[in-house]
Parts: sequence; structure tokens; C-alpha cells
Amino acid sequence: MGNIFSGIFGRLWGINKEIRILILGLDGAGKTTILYKLQMGEVVKTKPTIGFNVETLTYKNISINMWDLGGQTSIRPYWRCYYANTAAVIFVVDSTDKERMDIAQKELHMMLKEEELLDSALLVFANKQDQMGALSAAEVSKSLNLVDLKDRSWSIVASSAVKGEGLTEGLDWLIDVIKEEQL
Amino acid sequence: MSTHTYKKFEDLDSGALPDKMTVYQECLQAFNASPVQAKRCRLLLSRLLRLLYCGESFPTAESTTLFFSISKLFQHNDYSLRQLVYVAIKELSAVSDDVLMVTSSIMKDIQNGEIIYKPNAIRALARVLDGTTIHAAERIMKNSIVDKNQSVSSAALVSSYHLLPVAKDVVRRWTNETQESISDSKSFPSQQFLTHEYYGANKLPLSTYTYQYHALGLLYHLRNHDKMALMKMIQQLSTNSPLKNSLAIVQLIRYIGRIIEEDSGLTQTLFPLLASWLRHKSDMVELEAAKTILSLPGLTGEQHLQAINTLQVLLSVPRTVTRFAAVRILNRTAMKNPEKIVVCNVELESLINDSNRSISTYAITTLLKTGNSDNVDRLIKTISGFMDDISDEFKIIVIEAVRTLSLKFPEKHQSMLSFLNDVLRDEGGFSFKNAIIEAIFDIIKFVPESRESALETLCEFIEDCEFTELAVRVLHLLGTEGPKTPNPTLYIRHIYNRVVLENSIVRSSAVIALSKFALLGDESISKSIKILLTRCLSDVDDEVRDRAALSLKLLSSKDIEEAKVYLAPSVKYSLPILEQKLALYVSGDKDTFSTPFDISSIPTITEEEAKAYEYKEKTAADTEEIASPGKEDKEDDSQNEVFKQNLLHQQYSQELASIPEIAAYGTLLHSSAVVDLTEKETEFVVTAVKHIFEDHLVIQYNVNNTLTDIQLDDVTIVSQPDAEDVFVEEFIIPIEVLKPQAEAAIYVSFSRAEGIEPGVFVNTLSYTSKDVDPATLEPAEGDVGFPDEYQIEELQVSPGDYITPAFVGNFTHVWDELPNEQSAVYNLKDVTSIEESVSGLIKSLSMMPMESSEIVSSSSHHTLKLYGKSLGGARVATVIRLASTAKGFMMKVQVKSDDEIVSESVANNVV
Ligand SMILES: Nc1nc2c(ncn2[C@@H]2O[C@H](COP(=O)(O)OP(=O)(O)OP(=O)(O)O)[C@@H](O)[C@H]2O)c(=O)[nH]1
Ligand SMILES: [Mg+2]
Repeated sequence: MGNIFSGIFGRLWGINKEIRILILGLDGAGKTTILYKLQMGEVVKTKPTIGFNVETLTYKNISINMWDLGGQTSIRPYWRCYYANTAAVIFVVDSTDKERMDIAQKELHMMLKEEELLDSALLVFANKQDQMGALSAAEVSKSLNLVDLKDRSWSIVASSAVKGEGLTEGLDWLIDVIKEEQL
Repeated sequence: MSTHTYKKFEDLDSGALPDKMTVYQECLQAFNASPVQAKRCRLLLSRLLRLLYCGESFPTAESTTLFFSISKLFQHNDYSLRQLVYVAIKELSAVSDDVLMVTSSIMKDIQNGEIIYKPNAIRALARVLDGTTIHAAERIMKNSIVDKNQSVSSAALVSSYHLLPVAKDVVRRWTNETQESISDSKSFPSQQFLTHEYYGANKLPLSTYTYQYHALGLLYHLRNHDKMALMKMIQQLSTNSPLKNSLAIVQLIRYIGRIIEEDSGLTQTLFPLLASWLRHKSDMVELEAAKTILSLPGLTGEQHLQAINTLQVLLSVPRTVTRFAAVRILNRTAMKNPEKIVVCNVELESLINDSNRSISTYAITTLLKTGNSDNVDRLIKTISGFMDDISDEFKIIVIEAVRTLSLKFPEKHQSMLSFLNDVLRDEGGFSFKNAIIEAIFDIIKFVPESRESALETLCEFIEDCEFTELAVRVLHLLGTEGPKTPNPTLYIRHIYNRVVLENSIVRSSAVIALSKFALLGDESISKSIKILLTRCLSDVDDEVRDRAALSLKLLSSKDIEEAKVYLAPSVKYSLPILEQKLALYVSGDKDTFSTPFDISSIPTITEEEAKAYEYKEKTAADTEEIASPGKEDKEDDSQNEVFKQNLLHQQYSQELASIPEIAAYGTLLHSSAVVDLTEKETEFVVTAVKHIFEDHLVIQYNVNNTLTDIQLDDVTIVSQPDAEDVFVEEFIIPIEVLKPQAEAAIYVSFSRAEGIEPGVFVNTLSYTSKDVDPATLEPAEGDVGFPDEYQIEELQVSPGDYITPAFVGNFTHVWDELPNEQSAVYNLKDVTSIEESVSGLIKSLSMMPMESSEIVSSSSHHTLKLYGKSLGGARVATVIRLASTAKGFMMKVQVKSDDEIVSESVANNVV
């Protein structure tokens, strides 16, 4: 099965075709932590990202270009400079940060209105589930008004970057969707 | 990419730049593509960089778009691509907006990236950081500074230097790391260049120690304002010689020079250190040490000699650039103290035939400066044989040297003139001929005995002169100098020939020159001149006719004095000020314009004063230039000294006249130079200027509040003269409020006794200090402040404050003529050398050294001759004899003056 899969992929994407994925979300949500957990399998010590980090990782034989953009207010306006050719957006939410859920919701919907992202799939990580008092995935979904999203494949997954929970599950879903849509 | 465009862009022979818009479009396309093609992107980046380096630029919007597209190349890990990305970021960051977007990516490369592009990353980081993001990079910068890889460390040090203007307080926190780097031993990483096989790893040095140079530069900037810290740094860097890098040592020597320049008290403390570098394996270091030592005035002849001996050896090394540098330093020394380098004459003479023309020319001019009355004739002969071989440019340098020499040895003017006469006949361009003419003019001006033979040379020159400008100047000179000779008619013939043979510009100058001869008072000459001028009335050119008509009209009036005012004025207006005032007058409102322009408001300069300044400039030009960084505009400085003096005087007059009490004192007669009353590093820096009026002395105290958080109220100075009956205080105008980092003046006024009375004023600064809010710069309401006072240095009023320097062609003659001789004898204890006291005396007496007596050639005795004028207009001449004794130096002062009080006061108050 795995063999057939990679076979199809090889033909479909060409040898060097890469998938481009953006990781967005408010500052402190855990984007950078997730990126490196996925890439190196480790929890690294992070600092607020001034600009972006970009890493290439190979997941299930697919080469993915992951762009983790800083979430501070001063950096959010530049997200748009990196929208072009994006296959999917991973939106990370700090599930314990109830106060700013509303801001996250606004930023998310504003971003999805952009022309360049109309065809991108959306994966939301309701992150920091290991913390006391974290909202559940369903609660986060409600706060973000995800049901309002039309014409787009989306999913929300509860995650903990530090424990490494939910990440591969989310990514698996995303890869499947991308494969389907490009077929 | 098609081969066609490839060829077009890479056609190096054509030298044409690639099209800007094409490159722009291709860059955006390639950089935004997925996946990125590293090789193509590299090519495009280098094309883009070529455009930028050739001066092309992009508007901010385009530049920002490019910047963002380049940021996308971080997804590719090709080393060479990444290096170019960094170079491009560096170039674009100055014009692009939002450059902070690459900060995290760069920092990641510095922390975990490849060693090959780490230094590039560091240098790019410095360009994108600002006052807020720099904090995130602090740790990384500190680590990079202490990195054992010298390339990384250097990049971090240089970048810190660039970050100083961004956030000095942050960079200051890196001082310890910088300090640690200086003496640390770092090297290139061992495998870095293995990939480049042609380097051959074994051919590379392990380390070049360049990071020491970078670290030193940064450290100096961080400690610039703290003398104690600087001294400590120098001490550390000079024990056990931790500095291995020549550039670093050269830089350290320069810093030492700077420190001594600011505080000459440290000269002897630091000399041994400088001297230790006079023997070093690097020429560069030896040269710099010698150069610095020779520029320090506070050293003894012996000490200077050590430096000269080093240079002497360097004159014969095989390396051309070293010989050049050595002869150049000697040349500069020769301007001020030619006798010091006589020891090198043998080496210098052998350099006359050096294959490098720059060296040989310097050798010649240096030798010329060392010329003394014994060898000058021989030297002139040597260069005469040499002149044909060198270019105009070098000829000019030689001419300049001859000119200076002729002012120093007026008695040798004959051989100089005949040399100049010979070269004047040679072929040459305008600048060359102009230099010769200038030299001859100077000789005529300052060596009166030379006049006739020099004028003869000039007459001959204009007979066949292709340069109108030079002909005009020579005619003007013939007009002013010719009438003073015993046989004026000789020149009339030469001048009139020009009227017949030349173009209209030359003809009109000849007309005016001729007219001046008619002012001599000799009937027959006047008659002939009038006949000649009458002929000019029918000239084809109207300017010539006008001038002739004007002259005839003036000459036919009874009052010859009035004609003189127009045709041969004895005082000159200060032209720059006249120009400035006229411009104001013309651009002013109607009212100003309806009243006639007031010419009496323009300061006039008598011929003597003008000559004094000119003489000083010509004989002493650029003697102080060595090792004075921050004074690059020195040349401008000396060029227009008269103008600057005038302007300053005018500025003071205006400022003082705006204070009603002082305006009542009449005209300002003289203002002193600015005197420091505190160290320059103190919190409140005080300087003083002494203004002399007919019956009053006004001391202007400038107070500079260097603090950023303190305001001073009621700032005043209690100024106590030692002679209370001579100076009686009339009033003080204090500073009401002195804001942080502001400067203002306090005026203290005294009535003064007649004559030229010296005095010493003890000064105490007092004020009330208040803390201010850094945001508003206002003190808190109701803050009564904290009263404080402290004593600052004394201010001396000396005879020099009442005297201005003046020039006289024949000092001995004036000396014999002047009455009222007074003399006094002094023992000088705190003086280390004759030279030091000579330059001190010239300054404090504010008089002009005559007969080159400012040049000291013996360390045991010397005679200094000075001339000047008192504010009352009396001539003052002084002869000072200095001799060394067992206990120090003895000084005998003789003064003569038109005014008895002046003689007495000067003689009794020389020190
Ligand atoms: N407890 C817990 N902490 C997390 C988790 N994910 C991230 N963090 C912590 O949250 C903080 C911020 O994480 P980052 O990954 O730097 O956040 P970011 O989204 O990249 O922030 P910006 O770069 O400013 O946009 C760090 O201290 C992480 O250790 C998580 O799942 N659980
Ligand atoms: Mg981050």
C-alpha cells in the first residue's frame, strides 16, 4: 500500500515538487515549537519569532516546506507576503488563552478571505492541551466560528507540542486532503 | 534561460549593465518559484548586486518587494546561495522597509548555520536590527564576539561597531567580550578552505589576528569619553605585547597620539611606549610610531631624534612604499624643524635619483627645506639639473619648496630668483607658471631687497605670456611695486607695450597700472602718463576707454590724495565680509535698501596686517597637521585665516552690542582666543573669551551643561582679579536657566586702568541644580533645587591680549628706529625645551615671529624676534634671548615701542 502511494506521488508531483505549508497564529501559540517538534522530534527552547523560520521536512516521502511566521502584532501584517502558492495553512491556537480567542478568530477569518489562500486547506491545532484549563477542541472550534467556513477542507485537532500529541494526526489529515484535492 | 540572454548579460567586454527592470522581473520570478533553483538564483543575485554596486538603485517599494522575495530563498540550504542572499540583504536593507522580517532566520544561521556563511550572516544581522530588535540578538552577538573562529569574531566586532549608532547603550554591555577578544588567540577554522583546492590548506596562515584591530576600534569607541579607562586599556595592550596584528598596533599608536594631543601632560609618560615601537618587525608600525613622535611638540630633541633615526633606516629599504612613507614624514617634519633631519641628508641625496618619481621629488623638497645658508646654493644647483625630468605636478612641489626657502633665507634671494627665472622660461602649463609667479610675488612682498631684479624677471615674462590671467596679475603688481623703485620709468615702457600688443583684458589692467605711476608726484612722469592714457581713449574696447577716462579725470583734479584713494588705496576692505553684507543689503527689505550702504561697517585691513597673516600661512602652513584626526578640513582652515578672524570679531561685536550696558563701551578693540577653564570631560565645561574695550574688559564665560538630566538655574561666576585697583567689577550678566545639553554665556564686566595691564582672575562657578524629567526636560514643579559652587581654573590677562601680530619687511631697521627700550630677565623653571618656550611666547604675546626666528636650531640658546601693534596703534618689537642653564632656562627680554607704557608692561609681564 505504502509503495503504491509513493508511486502515485512520484508521478504526480514530479521529483522535485514540494508542498508549501504556512504555520500561522497569535504570538506564543506554539508555532515554532510545533515546527521543530515535527522536523527534529525535539522540543526546542524558543524565542518570539521576529520574521519567520523556514524548514524543509520529509514526511511520508513527501517534501514539505514549512513556513512558521511570527505572530506578534507588529509582524502579522507581513503574513500576506508569504501566501502565494500555499497548499495549506496550519493555524495554531493557545487553548488556554481565552481572552484572545476573539482576536485569533478575527485574524483567522481575515486571512482566509485572501485571494491567494482560497484553495488552501486549513488545519487548526487547539494547542497546549497539556495545560490545566485548556479549552477542548470543540470549544475552540466554536470560539473560532469554524462552522462558518464554506468551500474549504478544514479540521481541528487537539494537540500538545511539548508532549508531541496530536501533531502527526493533524498532519496526516492535511496530507490526505492535499493529495485528494490535487488529484 | 536562453543562451541568448545569457550571453548578452555576461558579455564582460561590452561593460554594459544589464537592464534594471529585466533583472528585477527575473529576480521576482525566480525567487518566488517553488522549488527554488539555487544556481539560477545565484546568478540573478549577482546580476542584481552588480547593478547596485554600479550605483543603480530601486525605489523603496520595489526594493521592499525584492527584499521579501529574497527572504524566501532561506528555504534553500545551498551555501553559496545563502552567502549571496546575505550580501543582497546588506545592500537592500538600507532602502527597503520592514527589513526586520529576516531577523529570526539570520539569527538561526548564526547559531546553528554553516561556518562558511556565519560571518556573512552576522554582518547582515547588524543591518536589519533596530533599537527594539537588538535586545533579542544580544546573546548571539556576545557569543560571536568571543568565538574562537577569527572570521566570526571579526564579523561580530565590526557589526557591533555599526550598531553603535543604533543602540550605543546595548553595545556598551558587550565591552567585556570585546576586551576578552583583543588578547585572545583565534584562528581560521581548519577545514574552512579545504574545498577550494587551489588555496592549499597549508599555505594559509593559522590566524591573521585582524580581529584585534577590529576589537580595538570598537573598544576605543566604547571608552572614548573615559580617559582613565583608555589609559588602562593602553597599559594592558602594551605589557607583554598581546597585539600581534600590525594594523591594531598602528591604530593603538594613533589613539595614544590623540590622547596626548588632548592632554599634553601625558607626553612623557607615554613616550617610552611609542619609542618601543620604533624597532618592530613591521615597517607600518615603525612608520606610525615615528610619525606620531615627530608630531608631538612636548618631546625633547633627543627623543625626536630616535624617531628620525628609524626613518633614516627606512629610507634605504627595498620596499618602495616604505621609502615613500618615510620620506614623506621627514618632509613634513622638515617644514617645521628642518634642522632635525639634517642627519638624513646623505640618504635623502641618494634618493634624488630614486626610480620612483614621487620619492625623488619628496627627497628634493625635503632637502630644500633642510637648506641652510651654507648649502642652499648647492641644493638649488642640484635641482636645476633635475627639473627637466619631472612632470609639471612635481615641478610645482619643488617651486613651493623654493618659495618657502626664499622666505626663510631672504639673503639668498638672488640664487632663488635666478632659479625661478630659469624655470619660468621652460615650457609648462598654467598651474606650473602660476606657481612660479606666486613664488616671485612672495619674494617681492617679503624680501624688499629683491624687488628690482624680481620685477625685471616679471617684465620679461609678460613680454611673451600666453596666459591672460597671469599677465593681469603681473601688471597689477608692476603698478603697485614699480612706483616704489628708484627708476620707475623703466616699468612704464614695459607696461605700455602691453597696451599696444595685448587683448582687451590685459590692456585695461595695463591702463590702471600706468595710472599709478602718475601718483608719484614727479611732474614729467605724470605728464607722459597722461599722454599715454589719452591715447588709450581711442581704444576699440570700451572697458579700456572707461578706465583711461576715469584715471585721467582723477589725475587732473588738484587733490592728489583723493586720486590715491581710488587708484592706489592703502587699506583693503575685508572682501568676504563686504560680500556678505552687500548680499544682505540687496536681499533686505525696502527700508534697508532706501538708505545708502554703510561702507564704514566693513572692517578694513591694513597692508601690514594682511601681510602678517599671509606670511604666517606661507611659512608655517600645515606644520601641525600630523596625527590630528578630526581635523581633516585643516586646509580650509588655514586658507582664510583673515576672514575667519574678521568674522569671529564681527560676531563677538554683534553679540556684545546687543547688551545695552556693553554697547555703551564703544567699539570692541580685541577679543582673545578661547581659553579652557575646566577639563573637557567635566559635567559643566567652562571656557572664556576676553574682550577689550577702550576703558573696559569684558570676560565672556561660556558654560556648557553636558548632562542630560540636570538643569542649572542662576548660573554665575564670581571673578576676583588680583589687582583690584586695576580692574573694578561693574556688573555681571548671569545665565538664568541652562537647560540640559545647552550652552550659554555669562558676561562679567570690569572697568580697566589705562595702558596694557596684566591680571589674574580667580573664578568660582555657582548655580542651583535641578533634576529634570527626561521626557519633558522640565524640572518638577516646586523643586527649589540644590545650590552648589566650585572653583574653576584661573584666567590670565597678559600683554598679548592688547597686541595684534603684524609683519615688517626689515625688522632690524624698525628695531633700531623704535624708542623706549625696556628689558627684563627671567628664570624659567617649568620649561623642558627652548622650542616649547618659543612657541609659548609667540602665542602668549600675540606677536609675529620675524626673520624665521620661530625656528629653533640649537638646544642651548636661541634668539626670538617678535613684532606687533598695540591696540592703541603703537608698534612693538621684542628681542628675546633664551639660554639653558644648570637650573633650567634663562630668558632676557628687550622691548621697544612707540609707547613707553607698552614697552614697560610687555617687558615686565612676559610670563
Ligand atoms: N505547556 C505548553 N507550552 C507550550 C506548548 N507549545 C508551546 N509552548 C510554549 O509556549 C511558548 C511559546 O511558544 P513558541 O513556539 O515560541 O510560540 P510561537 O507561536 O512561535 O510565538 P511567536 O513566534 O511569537 O509567534 C514557549 O514557551 C513554548 O514552550 C504546549 O503544547 N504546551
Ligand atoms: Mg515563533
